[in-house]
Amino acid sequence: MRALEMRDVKFRYKGSEKRALDGVTLDVEQGEFVTILGANGSGKSTICLLSNGLIPHAISGDLEGTVEVFGKDVRTVSVADLSTKVGVVFQEPESQLFCMSVEEEVAFGPENLAVPRDEIIKRVEWALDLVDLKGFNDRSPFNLSGGQKQRVAIAAALSMKPDMLLLDEPAYALDPVGRIELYSVLRSLKEKYGLTVVLAERDAEDAVAFSDRLVLMKDGVIVRSGLPREVLRDPHVLRSAGVAPPQLTELASMMNSRLRTTDLSFLNVDEAEIAIVRNVLNPGGVGRP
Amino acid sequence: MIPRPDSSSHDERIISVNGVKFSYDGCVPALAGVTLNLKRGEYVAIVGGNGSGKTTLAKMLNGLLKPASGTVTVRGKSTLDQSVAELARYVGYAFQNPDHQLFCSTVDDEVRFGPHNLGYKGDDLSKKVGRALETMRLTQLKDKPPLSLTLGQRRRISIASVIAMDSEVLIFDEPTTGLDTQETDDLMSSIEGLNREGRTIVLITHDMRLVAKHAKRVVVMSRGRIVLDTDPRGAFSDLDLLRASSMLPPPVVILAQRLKKYGLSGEALSPEELLYLVFRGKGGIR
Repeated sequence: MRALEMRDVKFRYKGSEKRALDGVTLDVEQGEFVTILGANGSGKSTICLLSNGLIPHAISGDLEGTVEVFGKDVRTVSVADLSTKVGVVFQEPESQLFCMSVEEEVAFGPENLAVPRDEIIKRVEWALDLVDLKGFNDRSPFNLSGGQKQRVAIAAALSMKPDMLLLDEPAYALDPVGRIELYSVLRSLKEKYGLTVVLAERDAEDAVAFSDRLVLMKDGVIVRSGLPREVLRDPHVLRSAGVAPPQLTELASMMNSRLRTTDLSFLNVDEAEIAIVRNVLNPGGVGRP
Repeated sequence: MIPRPDSSSHDERIISVNGVKFSYDGCVPALAGVTLNLKRGEYVAIVGGNGSGKTTLAKMLNGLLKPASGTVTVRGKSTLDQSVAELARYVGYAFQNPDHQLFCSTVDDEVRFGPHNLGYKGDDLSKKVGRALETMRLTQLKDKPPLSLTLGQRRRISIASVIAMDSEVLIFDEPTTGLDTQETDDLMSSIEGLNREGRTIVLITHDMRLVAKHAKRVVVMSRGRIVLDTDPRGAFSDLDLLRASSMLPPPVVILAQRLKKYGLSGEALSPEELLYLVFRGKGGIR
């Protein structure tokens, strides 16, 4: 059973003339970390809204094709049922935080599911630990930094013990260090607990190194899907989809044309360092410049 | 055109911030003693982590906030002695969230509002509005209701309504948040154009790639203080200090620094610059 299975999905928001999704087929395996890249209006948020059932249950429009989340058709399963399987984190943490303390915030979801008290306490501690906010229980969410607020929102989603976490541009308002911290937490949740992560991003720079797979969208269709290295191979494809290629992708592509090869691709600074030293700065190895 | 300074003293200095302290709640300092001088025609990026004081400092520059201690002078006069309306002539501020400043029923009205309030009339007013609309590529959209447009377009409206006032200093607070690549490139090149016209640009951002590409001076803030004030190359060379300020340089900058131990010399701010350094003196590529 897959975490998400979309088959030739078309969706048009009510009152809109254009389809937001125009024939999307996408599988996300359990435990996979998939990053959906695309410009504004490419359809990435619509995929998130479909995967937690808000489309079609709360947001109306014309839906064609099938969407299954953990084997259940989103048309027939309720949003409440899906909420125990799928957690969602949106752009603005403030839009999701409303309690007086971090602890209340994180306990809110399981309380509403009538989870026993002892279990809730355990889950709150577990979730806060996972997002590196141990000991923040009594702090007010509103006096935290942007990055901390976003991590409270993630802990609140995790306390429901979801099998899949959907994040729609969660790093939107975070500073560079906060952004890397956020992606690292997501990656470790995948590694430790097999959490399925679906991340929608407009900015490829930092997220790609943490992802198992990239899905590139443009105008409601998937234009590329594969390992980060494959999808990033051609910066022109990214650019034509309105996504800025990561700097290291551009560098690799320039080096490839300079060295008349197609071999180089860098997902992180370490890879780039090794490749440049081997290929250009010190091709013969140590001691032979 | 752009108003000239009243006197030529202060070597073209437009804004001086001296030892400014400020707190929103009287307890936690948002600015803990900031000193900064802005000269005419500069392109300055103010960077720093969430909550470092960037936006507070920006709001000091146009008098939206007044210092609890220390002074802010705009064109030689303290902001305490000038109203926000007076200051708006010289210092324009484009908010982080464009919807905070949009309220008219058409784009044209929105852009007209500011200069009209400053007393501009007739042809002079129309010219300013027309030029601002053109600069931000909004002429086609001038009769549309602002709130029916996309985020990128709304942000361009909020900037057009600021530049229509012909202010000589323009502050952009996270102007590219929510924009995609094409919209970001378009907006940044419009801002470059405004700088080339001689306007002073203050860019507040988290995006170090924008800083590397556009700014000529970088002010790094951390916990309400300025911890570094230099050019982009200088700012990016102090990795530890940047990290302590929740900032990371763009990946190519880090890569260029790592490659120094293999004989690479010089700093790189872009992939093109790094490529040049890597292949410098390596004519015969295998």
